[in-house]
Amino acid sequence: MRKFIKYSFSDLVRSYWTIIYFLFFAIISSAILYFSADMTKSIVSIMNVVIVLIPLVSIIFSTIYYYNSREFTELLLAQPIKRSSLILGQYTGLALSLSLSFLAGVSIPFIAGGILASEHFLDFLLILLAGTCLSFSMSAIAYMTALRHENKILGFGISLFIWFFLAVLYDGLIMLLLVLFREYPTNSLAIVMTLLNPIDLSRVSIMLGLDISALMGYTGAVFLKFFGTMRGLPISLLSMLLWILVPAYFMVRIANKKDF
Amino acid sequence: MIEIRELNKHYNRNHVLKDISLDIREPGIYAILGPNGSGKTTLLKSIIGLVIPDNGSINVCGTKVSDTHLYRKEVSYLPQIARFPDNLRVFELIKLIKEIRNTEADESDLLKLFHLEPELKKRLRNLSGGTRQKVNMVLGFLFDTPLVILDEPTVSLDPVALGKFKKIISDKKQQGKIILYTTHIMSLVEEFSDKIILLLDGKIIFKGGLKEILDESGEKSLENAISQLVETNGQKGSIRG
Repeated sequence: MRKFIKYSFSDLVRSYWTIIYFLFFAIISSAILYFSADMTKSIVSIMNVVIVLIPLVSIIFSTIYYYNSREFTELLLAQPIKRSSLILGQYTGLALSLSLSFLAGVSIPFIAGGILASEHFLDFLLILLAGTCLSFSMSAIAYMTALRHENKILGFGISLFIWFFLAVLYDGLIMLLLVLFREYPTNSLAIVMTLLNPIDLSRVSIMLGLDISALMGYTGAVFLKFFGTMRGLPISLLSMLLWILVPAYFMVRIANKKDF
Repeated sequence: MIEIRELNKHYNRNHVLKDISLDIREPGIYAILGPNGSGKTTLLKSIIGLVIPDNGSINVCGTKVSDTHLYRKEVSYLPQIARFPDNLRVFELIKLIKEIRNTEADESDLLKLFHLEPELKKRLRNLSGGTRQKVNMVLGFLFDTPLVILDEPTVSLDPVALGKFKKIISDKKQQGKIILYTTHIMSLVEEFSDKIILLLDGKIIFKGGLKEILDESGEKSLENAISQLVETNGQKGSIRG
């Protein structure tokens, strides 16, 4: 598997798109730091960019990468190798190069802006962790979907719908459920639903680290009680890990049964 | 060497391979022919393990294809379309394939033969279609395997490269290898195929030598012989259907 990670990473890290992705984060982070004097505001701003754009870019980039390397994958699978090693290797190389662009693009301006000495250093680390997990999770979902669907338009459509559902529709759904069941205690429901969406989970985890969680009122207090404690942290991490491992498992299952 | 028994494959409702049984034991050059959509590529891909059959069995070099990937050490494969990672360089690609197969091989003769030495440091996305096909050839012929599978190998080759391709194939034959290939170029088949396997609608309608196919059809050229066999069997199929 290591050979495949190496090849897909060294191919992608030299691609124009990876460089553009890195420059995008570097420019946005520098602009945010330049226009806002307050580090808390900068952290919230970059969080919003990370949480919406990383899933979207990861999905689009991974889908294009899979369909573009379709013929080469076929050539590699004709060699004496296991399908699972190749598919997992390609996926890991892809997710690594996406994560590296993001990590370097955000870290360089923020380190130059003095984040290391700031009281928000841990919050910043949490953003880096959340962004990396989102890159891995969303590219796994996109890779799995592309493997499942030979039709490029269908594969793209489904992946984009998954992003739209998790980033936009899901919050509406939570609101609707909370309103519908307002007569009942819904704290646990809100917590469980947040755990089930990697984008919401990242957002809530980062926001709770900042003092602004007080703005979220009673729900914020309930969330802080859960996510801010030692019990919430491993559960959040486990949930995030499952958002990577479950699609990766299905990716291998689909690849093993697929006709190339 | 290759033993196929009652192989069936569907793509959705399309029955692509129908009860195919085939034995290939003798060294030589085998041409798999047939109209578009007759199942040629699916048959080759089933042998190499890229396509998973619905039922039936395939044994290559005494190993059941569905059991392990290791039998592919004995097989070289040249796919129809040559597309490689855009940002890798030619020498990196060759190194990668050698690493994956974990086999030592000397590519220098092949690189010289196809005049690829000046291209070694170029990125694959900057190569023309023909040059990419030559790189594909180098990868396909790099390893010394008893079985060589080629899916329309002559597409986008210039006449000079085509001549070199023919030489490699003849050498492989001399070395006692089995070469299995698909093509639509009848002159190539006439020139150096030992056996012809003719597929129509997922079934083998003829297997034998050049002389036998001409005798059976009563035609003088291979092209006419194949057309005649395809038409006769197509009619039978439609009457039966």
